[in-house]
Amino acid sequence: MKEKKEQRTIIQSESINVYYDDKHVLKNVNLDIKEKTVTALIGPSGCGKSTYLRLINRMNDYIPEFHFSGTIVVNGKNIYDDSVEVEELRKDIGMVFQKPNPFPKSIYDNVAYGLKIQGIKNKTVLDEAVESSLKQAALWDEVKDNLKAGGLSLSGGQQQRLCIARALAVQPTILLMDEPTSALDPISSAKIEELIFELKKQYTIIIVTHNMQQATRVSDNTAFFYIGDLIEYGKTDELFMNPIHEQTKKYITGRFG
Amino acid sequence: MKRSVRNKIYDKVFEIIGYTATFFGLIILLYFITDIVYEGWNRIDYDFLTSYTSRKAEKSGIFPAWVGSVWILALTLIISVPIGIASGIYFEEYAKKNKITYMLEVNIANLAGVPSIIYGLLGLEIFGRMFGFGSSILTGSLTLALLILPIIIVSTREALKAVPQSLRDASFALGASKWQTIWLQILPSSMGGVLTGTILALSRAVGETAPLIVIGALAYVPFIPSSPMDEFTVLPMQIFEWTSRPQHEFLINAAAAIIVLLCITFLMNGIAIYLRNKWQKKNQW
Repeated sequence: MKEKKEQRTIIQSESINVYYDDKHVLKNVNLDIKEKTVTALIGPSGCGKSTYLRLINRMNDYIPEFHFSGTIVVNGKNIYDDSVEVEELRKDIGMVFQKPNPFPKSIYDNVAYGLKIQGIKNKTVLDEAVESSLKQAALWDEVKDNLKAGGLSLSGGQQQRLCIARALAVQPTILLMDEPTSALDPISSAKIEELIFELKKQYTIIIVTHNMQQATRVSDNTAFFYIGDLIEYGKTDELFMNPIHEQTKKYITGRFG
Repeated sequence: MKRSVRNKIYDKVFEIIGYTATFFGLIILLYFITDIVYEGWNRIDYDFLTSYTSRKAEKSGIFPAWVGSVWILALTLIISVPIGIASGIYFEEYAKKNKITYMLEVNIANLAGVPSIIYGLLGLEIFGRMFGFGSSILTGSLTLALLILPIIIVSTREALKAVPQSLRDASFALGASKWQTIWLQILPSSMGGVLTGTILALSRAVGETAPLIVIGALAYVPFIPSSPMDEFTVLPMQIFEWTSRPQHEFLINAAAAIIVLLCITFLMNGIAIYLRNKWQKKNQW
C-alpha cells in the first residue's frame, strides 16, 4: 500500500510549562506540528492558546512575569537555547496580530521594513520583494498604483492583508496568526481565509481562532486548549466530527466558551 | 422644588463658576499685556534692538540681552535635549521595574518641583566654582539645562507611553532589535509629543531669571558674547535691572523688552502647537 509522503515535523514542543508569576498558564503541553499544514488553536479565552502561539517566536519574552520550561524545536533548533538570536528566529517566523497594526508609514515602507532592518538597501531587491509579497497577500491589484499611500489609509481587511504581506516579505517558513479576522467584517474575513488556503502551499500556518467554522474551513489539524491543558489534538475533521473528550465536545458545540 | 429643576439650576450655577474661573486668568493676563504694549510698543525700533545698554534710558537697547538669550537658549537646547530624551527612553523602554528605578522616578518628579533659585546655587557651586566656568554662558546653560531636564524627561516618557504596544509587537515580530524598534518606529511616532514637551521646557528656560542672578549673570554687558565662556546677560535680567531703576524712562524700556521676550515665548509655544498638530495628523491608530 502506497501512502502519501509523510510531511516533516517542523515544530516539536515537549513538556512545555509556562507561568506568569504563580499563574500556571500552560501545563505540560506536547504538540508537534507538520510542515505546510494549517493548525488551528481553539479554546475559551484565557486557555493559553495565544501564549502557546507567542512561545514559537518568543514574543512572551517581553512580559516580565513570564517563566518557561520545556523545549520547543523549530526547524531542528531548540529556540529557547541561549545561543539563539531572537531577531534571527523571528525572520523565520512571521506573525499576524488580532488587530491590524500597520506602521504609520507608506504601504511600500510597511512591506519593505523587515528587509530594510536587515540592511537590505538595493532598490530593485526591495521593489521585487514588495511586489511579490503584496501579490502573495492578494493585495497587489488593489494598491499597485498607490504604494506611496499610507498603510493606515487602507480598510481594515486591506490593512490585515498588508500585515500579512509585511510578514511574508522576510521570507519566513512559519506564519503565526493570532485571531487574524476577529476585528474584520465577514467579507474581509473570507478573503483572509482564502489567502490562508493559498499560503499553506508554501508556509506552515498556526492560527488562533474563536470561530469554530473558521477552524473547520481553514485548518488541517486542530488543537483544543482548556485552562492551560492541551485536551485534544488531531485532524480537524475527526476532532470536530468525533471529539474524544467530553470538554472538546461541549466547547465545539457551543455549550461553554 | 422638583428634582429636575433643581439639577438644572445646579448645572447652570456650575457653568457660570467654571466660565468665570476660566476668564479670571485670561482677563488679568490680557490687562497685563495691554498695559505693557501701551507702555512699550513705541519704544521698540531698530535702534532699541541693536544698542547696548546706557546710562541714558532713551539710548539704551537690548542687543546684548537678546543675543545672550539666544546663546543661552541654543546651548541649553544642545545640552538638555539629548540627555533628556535619552533618559526618557531609558525609563520607558529599558529600565527594569524595580526599587532603584522607582526611586529614580520619584526623585525626577521631585526635581521638577525644586525652586529655580536652588538650581542657581547648585550651578554656581558646581559649574561656576568647581568646574571653574565662572559666570559664563556655559554655566548658565548647564544650570538651566538641569532645571528643565525633569520636564523633558517626563514629557518624553508620556509621549513614548502613548505609542501603542501593537506597533512595538509588529516591529519585534519582523525581527527588529529593540534599538531598531525604538529608532525606526517608536521615536518617529512619538516625536510630536517629545518636541512639544521640549519646546515648552525651553520656553520656560528663556524666562528664568533667578538662577542666572545667582550664578552671576550681569545686567550691564557692554559687548556681544562670542564664545560660551563669555559673561552675558539675558532679557529677563535686563528687564529686572531696568524695573529696579527709579526713572520712568527705564520702565518704558522694560516694557519694550518684555514685549520682545513675550514674542519669543509665544513664538516657541506656537511652534510647539504646530508640531503637535502636524504629528497628530500623521499618526492615527
